[in-house]
Amino acid sequence: MAKILFKKQMSSAVYMFRVEAPLIAQERKAGQFIILQTNKDNGERVPLTIADADTTEGSITLIFQTVGKTTTELSKFEVGDDIPVLVGPLGSPTHIENFGHVVCVCGGVGIAPMHPIVQALKAAGNKVTIIMGARNESLFLMKDEMTALADNIIFMTDDGSYGRKGLVTEPLKELCEDTKGKPDMVIAIGPPIMMKFCALTTKPYGVKTVVSLNSIMVDGTGMCGGCRVTIGGKTKFVCVDGPEFDGHEVDWNNMLQRMGAFKPQEQESLHRFGANDGHKCNIDKMADAKAKESK
Amino acid sequence: MSEHLTREQLDAAAKVELEKINALPKPLKPKDKTAIPAQPMPQLEPSYRARVMEEVAQGYTEAQAIVEANRCLACKNQPCVESCPVHIDIPAFIAKIAEGDFKAAIAKIKETSLLPAICGRVCPQERQCQMNCTMGKMHKDVNQAVAIGRLERFAADYERNNGGATVPAVKPATGKKVAVIGSGPAGLVVAADVRREGHDVTIFEAFHKLGGVVRYGIPEFRLPKKIVDNEIESLAAMGVKFETNFVIGRTRKLKDLIEKDGFDAVFVGTGAGLPLFMNIEGENLVGVFAANEYLTRANLMRAYDKEHADTPMWPGKNVVVLGGGNVAMDAARMALRLGAEKVRIIYRRSMNELPARKEEVLHAQEEGVEFCVLQNPAKILGDEAGHVRGMLVDKYELGEPDEKGRPRPVKVEGASFEIECDTVLVAIGNGSNPLISNTTPELSVDKKGHILLEDATANKTFMEKVYAGGDIVLGAATVILAMGEGRRAAAGINEFLKK
Ligand SMILES: Cc1cc2nc3c(=O)[nH]c(=O)nc-3n(C[C@H](O)[C@H](O)[C@H](O)COP(=O)(O)OP(=O)(O)OC[C@H]3O[C@@H](n4cnc5c(N)ncnc54)[C@H](O)[C@@H]3O)c2cc1C
Ligand SMILES: Cc1cc2nc3c(=O)[nH]c(=O)nc-3n(C[C@H](O)[C@H](O)[C@H](O)COP(=O)(O)OP(=O)(O)OC[C@H]3O[C@@H](n4cnc5c(N)ncnc54)[C@H](O)[C@@H]3O)c2cc1C
Ligand code: SF4
Ligand code: SF4
Ligand code: FES
Repeated sequence: MAKILFKKQMSSAVYMFRVEAPLIAQERKAGQFIILQTNKDNGERVPLTIADADTTEGSITLIFQTVGKTTTELSKFEVGDDIPVLVGPLGSPTHIENFGHVVCVCGGVGIAPMHPIVQALKAAGNKVTIIMGARNESLFLMKDEMTALADNIIFMTDDGSYGRKGLVTEPLKELCEDTKGKPDMVIAIGPPIMMKFCALTTKPYGVKTVVSLNSIMVDGTGMCGGCRVTIGGKTKFVCVDGPEFDGHEVDWNNMLQRMGAFKPQEQESLHRFGANDGHKCNIDKMADAKAKESK
Repeated sequence: MSEHLTREQLDAAAKVELEKINALPKPLKPKDKTAIPAQPMPQLEPSYRARVMEEVAQGYTEAQAIVEANRCLACKNQPCVESCPVHIDIPAFIAKIAEGDFKAAIAKIKETSLLPAICGRVCPQERQCQMNCTMGKMHKDVNQAVAIGRLERFAADYERNNGGATVPAVKPATGKKVAVIGSGPAGLVVAADVRREGHDVTIFEAFHKLGGVVRYGIPEFRLPKKIVDNEIESLAAMGVKFETNFVIGRTRKLKDLIEKDGFDAVFVGTGAGLPLFMNIEGENLVGVFAANEYLTRANLMRAYDKEHADTPMWPGKNVVVLGGGNVAMDAARMALRLGAEKVRIIYRRSMNELPARKEEVLHAQEEGVEFCVLQNPAKILGDEAGHVRGMLVDKYELGEPDEKGRPRPVKVEGASFEIECDTVLVAIGNGSNPLISNTTPELSVDKKGHILLEDATANKTFMEKVYAGGDIVLGAATVILAMGEGRRAAAGINEFLKK
């Protein structure tokens, strides 16, 4: 059980919790995640990245978007409530060294997991450029924290309400073409569609691009094989071999198809929970748009 | 298939037999015993049970148990005891059942085995205790052996349903602390045996519920979870502590348990949790699941309870299961219960080589699972959406025996054919999960990741203070073997802590 110490709503569908978990706070490294359940008997196991940790308080920070039954139910938990099941830290930590110039591309709720990675990259002596994307200004999480960390930060919105109008891949492409500012490495975290297009953007320039895959999981310890993805023609388990992989090697179509495997049941479960307000998350919208495109 | 008899009918028939037995001069002669009919296990009717989670085998009635127990010849050479991995004193406990003293029977079993309600249900008896039973030999049919497993289950169930077991006595506190990693059969047994000596015991379990594979793998219809709960309650009553949602190697390193948390000994019983795949084309299509995932969703996450569970279940209608072991049988029968219309098992060898418990194969057949033997998938076929739509299957024939003496499956060239299906469940085995060995360089493991033992008589590893047993040492094995290893390790730990 893990007590919620602090709760904040960051935007219409994004929440931040600080949760008591002293052992996880001590052990966790950038890039790792936890699995939680809102109910021990009937709950689903849902992975969330550890966005930050405080070893003095013995707490970890989770930032999540409400997309289905479990995340919606979780958003209704209050300070003082216990999360009945919380286990971690899971996954392999981000590989951090002094690469030189690293461009960190993040979108939506992917901004949260990028935060500890940028911290670690800076600590290792890298120059970091952040490209942050969202539909509109109100959806930028941790704007000030990220601005303070970065050597250079670029904001992109769909509607031009803040920063530049357009997709994150545009400035990414420009940076790759820039003979002087060419990145030594790119890290992209966000909706799978965003990560896919980041990887496609950097590929012609041969810039190594690391992505953080959010496949469907059950145990998170390598036991079930549910999180498997195809990387460079080989099967890998996201929960132990990942979640970070070389974006140029990922079989994106397979990854996206596998993520949609339980969509009808998930919608039904949300319906039963009585929380369906017609809201559709970004990931779904992008996936839907992509599906139309490919038809 | 013979006509289905209800438990009441079987009980009535047993009562008639019992009267006949009572009328005979005592002690019974071997000839009288051989004439007593073997008692069938009462079972739910196949077409009904194939759609519900209720336990299929309902257990002997008292009359049936006594009749069956009267078949035992109390052989001097005890071939049954010899071939039970933990050497339960089988003739002795059966004699108690024959006398109607069921409490004494279970006490006898528990001198050696700690989980009889589970082993009586899931042991592959036809390859263990019942294989060389003299009664079976006299009938020249292993199916006519004394039903040792069923009797063991009967005694354990009798105890549970009549006041339950008394909590084993715990010796005064020694001040020594023991960590048990993994709450499968091996870990549970170590916890009980070590706690009895007065040591402080904490079980660390990665999942949110205890029991290991007997919780998340073996389905309710074969092993009701209340039996597993019962074993765990009894450990709790002994004062064993539980830390669930705790992954050793992640939440805490094994070494830290010893160096920072002051544990005097550690037992590693983490099982064989690494699903193997065939490495064929199409294996990552939507609709292909490792049996581990499928069964975990259904059992542990309770996805069969569609009204309440949040964890979704893939609604397969035309299901193919790959493999021929217990895991394959469980996956196939679970698929039926989750609404599949057609379920096929594809296995490379023939019916004779199926590694599953014989009873499970029979049950699967009765429930309508089709066995496609001497076949093996070459490729899984998908549609535009990346979902499974079928399979390319190769034909096989049996060749020369391999090193284990099983006939080698040999592919028949040019005989491949396509079948339709929407779901594929891969149940071709489990390797060992490397989470602990990767984060504990002091442990030595073999090529397959099994933990190596320095002293096999005490299940002691090459790392100081660390013991190991069960599937993580043996490879995917059986509950009774895991339990046996646990008992050896516990004895080793208890001996070590005396020093
Ligand atoms: C390693 C990892 C780290 C993650 N970190 C974060 C994070 O920091 N913040 C955050 O908001 N989200 C994160 N996610 C995604 C998060 O786990 C899902 O949004 C969540 O599981 C949805 O659960 P639900 O019951 O609310 O929705 P559901 O009804 O289960 O599903 C809604 C949609 O979410 C997707 N989804 C469903 N189950 C999962 C799953 N187990 N994993 C991933 N996606 C799923 C599906 O595409 C589905 O259409 C992460 C996922 C992974 C694998
Ligand atoms: C579907 C299925 C059907 C089976 N049917 C039969 C049968 O009919 N008869 C039979 O005899 N055998 C059967 N078996 C095999 C039998 O269940 C196993 O041999 C037995 O459970 C092994 O026991 P164990 O204690 O070694 O490990 P497990 O039962 O595997 O338990 C290991 C436990 O350790 C936990 N764990 C793993 N890693 C960590 C970690 N790092 N930190 C903390 N905890 C961890 C796991 O979550 C798990 O709970 C079956 C197996 C399966 C999968
Ligand atoms: S071998 Fe069979 S008949 Fe002989 S003692 Fe054992 S159970 Fe009884
Ligand atoms: S433990 Fe298993 S092998 Fe031993 S007697 Fe019981 S059922 Fe037979
Ligand atoms: S989540 Fe089960 S193997 Fe990764």
